[in-house]
Amino acid sequence: MSAGTAATGLDRVPGGILLTTLDKLVRWARKGSLWPATFGLACCAIEMMATGAGRYDLARFGMEVFRASPRQADLMIVAGRVSQKMAPVLRTIYDQMPEPKWVISMGVCATSGGMFNNYAVVQGVDQIVPVDVYVPGCPPRPEMLMDGILQLHEKIRTGRPRTAQAAGQAEG
Amino acid sequence: MQVDAERLAAESAVQPGRALDLPPAPTAEQVTLPERRAREVIATGGGDWAEVTARRDAAGDDELMVLNMGPQHPSTHGVLRLVLELRAEEVVSAQPVVGYLHTGIEKNLEYRPWTAGQTFVTRMDYLAPFFNETAYCLSVERLLGIQAPPRAQAVRVLLMELNRVASHLVWLATTGLELGALSMMLYGFREREVILDLFEDVTGLRMNHNYIRIGGLSQDLPDGFEGRVRDALATLRARTEEYETLLTRNPVWLQRTRGVGALDQDRLVGLGVTGPVLRASGLAHDVRKTEPYCGYEQYEFDVPTATGSDVYARYQVRMAELRQSFRIADQVLDTLPGGPVMVEDPKVGWPARLALGPDGLGNSPAHVAHIMGESMEALIHHFKLVTEGIKVPAGEVYTAVESPRGELGYHVVSDGGNLPWRVHVRDPSFVNLQAVAPMVRGALVADVIAALSSVDPVLGGVDR
Amino acid sequence: MQAPDVLQPVLTNLRERFGDAVRDVAGHRGEVTVELPRERLVEVCTWLRDHPSTRFRLLSDLSGTDYPDRPDRLCVDYHLYSFDHNVRLRLKVRVSVEDPHVPSVTGVWPTADWQEREVYDFFGVRFDGHPNLIRILMPEDWQGYPQRKDYPLGGVEVEYKGAHIAPPDTRRYTGGWTST
Repeated sequence: MSAGTAATGLDRVPGGILLTTLDKLVRWARKGSLWPATFGLACCAIEMMATGAGRYDLARFGMEVFRASPRQADLMIVAGRVSQKMAPVLRTIYDQMPEPKWVISMGVCATSGGMFNNYAVVQGVDQIVPVDVYVPGCPPRPEMLMDGILQLHEKIRTGRPRTAQAAGQAEG
Repeated sequence: MQVDAERLAAESAVQPGRALDLPPAPTAEQVTLPERRAREVIATGGGDWAEVTARRDAAGDDELMVLNMGPQHPSTHGVLRLVLELRAEEVVSAQPVVGYLHTGIEKNLEYRPWTAGQTFVTRMDYLAPFFNETAYCLSVERLLGIQAPPRAQAVRVLLMELNRVASHLVWLATTGLELGALSMMLYGFREREVILDLFEDVTGLRMNHNYIRIGGLSQDLPDGFEGRVRDALATLRARTEEYETLLTRNPVWLQRTRGVGALDQDRLVGLGVTGPVLRASGLAHDVRKTEPYCGYEQYEFDVPTATGSDVYARYQVRMAELRQSFRIADQVLDTLPGGPVMVEDPKVGWPARLALGPDGLGNSPAHVAHIMGESMEALIHHFKLVTEGIKVPAGEVYTAVESPRGELGYHVVSDGGNLPWRVHVRDPSFVNLQAVAPMVRGALVADVIAALSSVDPVLGGVDR
Repeated sequence: MQAPDVLQPVLTNLRERFGDAVRDVAGHRGEVTVELPRERLVEVCTWLRDHPSTRFRLLSDLSGTDYPDRPDRLCVDYHLYSFDHNVRLRLKVRVSVEDPHVPSVTGVWPTADWQEREVYDFFGVRFDGHPNLIRILMPEDWQGYPQRKDYPLGGVEVEYKGAHIAPPDTRRYTGGWTST
């Protein structure tokens, strides 16, 4: 139970009823207002914009504010194919996001290179950044993207460790 | 022939703003992907910044500031990088850097059969996928010397005009968003959903449809489709009037768009610009009128133009084009012919006989019975079509269609085999983007955004 | 699709003016292709743009192709369009890999700027007189010219359990129709 609090620094205090409630509160707040960074690249970006628009509303999850600056965002939805020229930029933006941060890889091109298995496309954005949820599709329907987001909410809510470092702390 | 070594050495000298030019090698170098990845992926230094700022230092101008509107930006319509040289808020020069979405689609097409081509090209200009598919299929049909049946052509026109409406709505939505009219974004996407429902009805997908095939269409229209399109057109017509009320005489909109990004017609033609940007400078050039395809000559529509050649004029042209697209769609629905949607030639026509069976959508039982039981030749044709594809006679053609952004041209070269030899796409956004740099010289940074979005680039088409 | 008849006056005038330069004229599927030596390219293009009987003001497309079987492998195609006469024309210039220099037409049509950079990026054709000939779509320090036929498609081998799927450039798609 204390694995999820590694980021908040409360691991030094032994767990008790008060702390587990606070822990759950923190996680609930985090998942309730995930702010995505605008990282729409190609066709999936249009579906991402459609998910944020009127019919498939992302504002009901608290996510309608797509922050342009990565320093104010905590979720990066990589929507579209990542070319070789874009890969260093992607990594820079990811590094500029403050912890805690999550990555959703939207569409098959971001997940695995998609139908473009060639010299120009990075075969999967997980070669560059660690990914939490993969959403397949070409492009995925807005409902599929929302399903991916809700799975990410589940992941945040249960506090399953995101990085290998946190997993090591959980075990040891 | 001898290579001039001195000239090569002089060319290879590094100058500020120029990259190293390597001398030509007689054979291509094989660069493996893991090597490339290892070298480049974690590089975050922004290595060319030194060259960019060297120009500023050389000019000795302390007030000149170089600003990078990087590939990740909410207002650059995709992954476009603009390197702006500013003096306070005024732009001295703007240099677009593209290639951040390059996917190697043209090379990919050389390794797939002809019938797999439209799945790739449809993802180039992803806001106008039907135009990409149609232009590709028209080029290949010209090489084959066949024409799609009249019903297929009419449906192609209908889908293309609906796609033009959807693309212009996205343009309105994103331009409104970037200029501050946030509600325009929500309205534009709401209307676009109406059209995407129609597309999903016909093709099964909201975007990147792979519906228009060489020789016709992949499937016929579903039942009741015409009624649904008429309802949608009525809704869209009413809502277009709402947008006119919202924007056309809005003082904020007028101030942001009047006189911004103006470029005269001669310079636009020299820069190769086509589409609404050229029509907003007064030249009524539309490929649908000058070189009609898919039966456009039977439909009555106007080519809207405007004078002024600024962002506001382009807005007016696009709004007028919306209305003309509604007009064409109505005429198509009134005159929709019956008949097949795929050519009869068994060596070309994709077996488009899908039906809903007990285990889902697949080849209709009648067709399966025919090829398995009745006709050996039909079975051979089906087998060859699916495994090897069609064989296109040798030659090259250039076919142009009028996409929402301008003239979309396909230069297709065939060597007589069943794989394309070369497909080059003349994408309108790639050529139109060259016009942005002269448009914004001397303008404010906010005008750069307005001018860029009035050109309406789609970076998938620019970078391919 | 216009008939070649519309282009006859253009070709006649072209042959009268530049008879020695016009190497080969071919017609196929309603289009006319004129092959030129690279030394006369800028002269012919300027004439085509300015002469009242031709007025090809729009350079629609500048594309490159690689024919590895020929000694002059690299081929640059110029697609021209005339608003006044509503005709299209294609110009062809062929160069070899050992001497891939073609004069630039950016002085005639400024739109050739990015399009020539693209042909340089993918085929290695050097356009002499181009103001800024650097790569445009590939990263600036990329080695090799991707669209040439001897450049590999690249990509990774896809791992499936119990099946081997060959990369697309080695698949056996060859053949076609052996019987009519």
